Amino acid sequence: MPDELLHLPVIHSILSRQKDAPGALLPILHAIQNAIGFIPDAAVPDIAHALNLSLAEVRGVISFYHDFRTTPPARHTLRLCRAESCQSRGSEALAAQLREQLALDDHGTSADGAISLRPVYCLGACACSPALELDGQVHARLTPERLRALVNGCLEDAAC
Amino acid sequence: MLKLLIPCDSVARAVGADQVAAALQREAERRQLPIDIQRTSSRGLYWLEPLLEYETPQGRQGFGPVTPEEVPSLLDALVGEPGGHSLALGPIEQIPYLKTQQRLLFARAGITRPLSLEDYRAHGGFTGLEQAVALGGAEVVAAVLDSGLRGRGGAAFPAGIKWRTVRDAGAGQKYVVCNADEGDSGTFADRMLMEGDPFLLIEGMIIAGLAVGADKGYIYVRSEYPDAIRVLDQAFVIARSAGYLGADVAGSGRAFDLEVRVGAGAYICGEETALLESIEGKRGIVRAKPPLPALQGLFGLPTLVHNVLTLASVPTILAKGAAFYRDFGMGRSLGTMPFQLAGNIRHGGLVERAFGLTLRELVEGYGGGTASGRPLKAAQVGGPLGAWVPPSHFDTPLDYEAFAAMGAMLGHGGVVVADDTLNMASMARFALQFCAEESCGKCTPCRLGSTRGMEVVDRLIATSDFSERHDQALILRDLCDTMQYGSLCAMGGMTAYPVASALKYFPADFGLTTPEAAQ
Repeated sequence: MPDELLHLPVIHSILSRQKDAPGALLPILHAIQNAIGFIPDAAVPDIAHALNLSLAEVRGVISFYHDFRTTPPARHTLRLCRAESCQSRGSEALAAQLREQLALDDHGTSADGAISLRPVYCLGACACSPALELDGQVHARLTPERLRALVNGCLEDAAC
Repeated sequence: MLKLLIPCDSVARAVGADQVAAALQREAERRQLPIDIQRTSSRGLYWLEPLLEYETPQGRQGFGPVTPEEVPSLLDALVGEPGGHSLALGPIEQIPYLKTQQRLLFARAGITRPLSLEDYRAHGGFTGLEQAVALGGAEVVAAVLDSGLRGRGGAAFPAGIKWRTVRDAGAGQKYVVCNADEGDSGTFADRMLMEGDPFLLIEGMIIAGLAVGADKGYIYVRSEYPDAIRVLDQAFVIARSAGYLGADVAGSGRAFDLEVRVGAGAYICGEETALLESIEGKRGIVRAKPPLPALQGLFGLPTLVHNVLTLASVPTILAKGAAFYRDFGMGRSLGTMPFQLAGNIRHGGLVERAFGLTLRELVEGYGGGTASGRPLKAAQVGGPLGAWVPPSHFDTPLDYEAFAAMGAMLGHGGVVVADDTLNMASMARFALQFCAEESCGKCTPCRLGSTRGMEVVDRLIATSDFSERHDQALILRDLCDTMQYGSLCAMGGMTAYPVASALKYFPADFGLTTPEAAQ
């Protein structure tokens, strides 16, 4: 994709800075995703070349880890914790509420690109379950009302 | 000037600590009241967060849980009669939840500022390291052996034996790796420690590096803990400029430095060999053992791999002596363990006690029962791979061997409490689903067993035929057995624990009791 090629200078600068560190692939993938928001497929040959790896090795690592994404993210990413502690405090009902309010499945992205849902298994906020992470910020002791307000905030924010 | 203290811990912030601090600042400015707000670590009394403390000549007093709306009335109380406020807690350290704890690892929790080296030193920091430098490596390894310290990550392997193995593994390049991929639901002690007392972990790793002959350490932190990553990175810079990391560590003439590596959302990377693969830049695929990581670990070289809490226990052992440490605990479970109370619990938080108190003391005494007020159904001890323990077994002492004897495990000390609304058949299915999603795929019992197990649970629940249900239950038990004994690592091996325990103690949730028995 031509758009993806625009990211190559950023990627080359990350590669030249980090490629010589031992076990550099994960830090490089994190750096690219932090800078661009995702890991463009166009970057894979250059990453492989810089680290003397095969394309399959690089793609294998990208697809193994849940955090890495290969498409641009929505404007907001909401990660509701679905692990045992939050389940014991009603996170499944909150997940159902999210699916209904947004008409999306647990991994869905809204058509207007406003919000992406992703399950997460533990944010370390288990003493104040249920919890979610919205754009990097953790919110705990969630209630259905608070969740609805957070989602509405994302949708309104995206509309303007 | 009024000195106020509010935690900067990420979960305190997740329930509004930043908003409370900002509201206090604004309101104090409006009233032209001089105040000094310091951001400390959290006490771990999470049901009281955001907790606001203030200093008095008689020690710290507190209010909690505080909301921004209550800030004006709190300031009124602070300049007038603090004890009269409805949120007043009195002297914090007299709260029974805290007063009865035996805090060695979390001695500074809620007291110091995480990134203040001055606070750390003023509260006993770096005395363990000084002692270690004076003693020399062999003596340090002997002290760790004598202390009885066992790996706090879950497997409970004697730490000193690992140290000795790595120390004796020749003279070349070696590593110390800290496993901070705390992925278990219900656990947050590693997060609290890294966010709240980063120098303690750094000190433990320096001692380990000097003792085993490693000059480089990695802390592998899960990406879900961005605050811990930021705090550690800042702490490294401070420690370097103070001479605790770098070419000449604490005047020992030896080099040691640290680096954080960030995980990427794979639960399996909490398994030590998958974690090493991940640091090497590969997929987190479990390695067969042997070779042991102590001999062929990171990049194929001798590596000491420990959980955060294990490494952070070492400074106390060196500062106060192995005998002091081993005086805590029971049987072969020595020292203290930070238990973490989570889930449907009234008083969720961190309880550091010597091994040996009962699960009932923890859940009912400290925890105060369920948050919902409904009857307690079970507690899952040790994370997603731990057994669901029914209240009839709550008098079991928290001790590695006692838990193993009942087909359970202490793991990392997390306790998730559930009330009677949680269905254990769906929790068993969840355990298998989680395993299917997170399995690295290397061994068949884990890779296939988890998916087949979900299907069996689905069939078991769906059928209305009673004898068919029993047949499916038999298959499920058999599958648990295969996974437990045939898997390469604890992921597949221990997924059997929550499934088999749910089946054993809560057959009614699977429709396995006869209608008469159910009544």
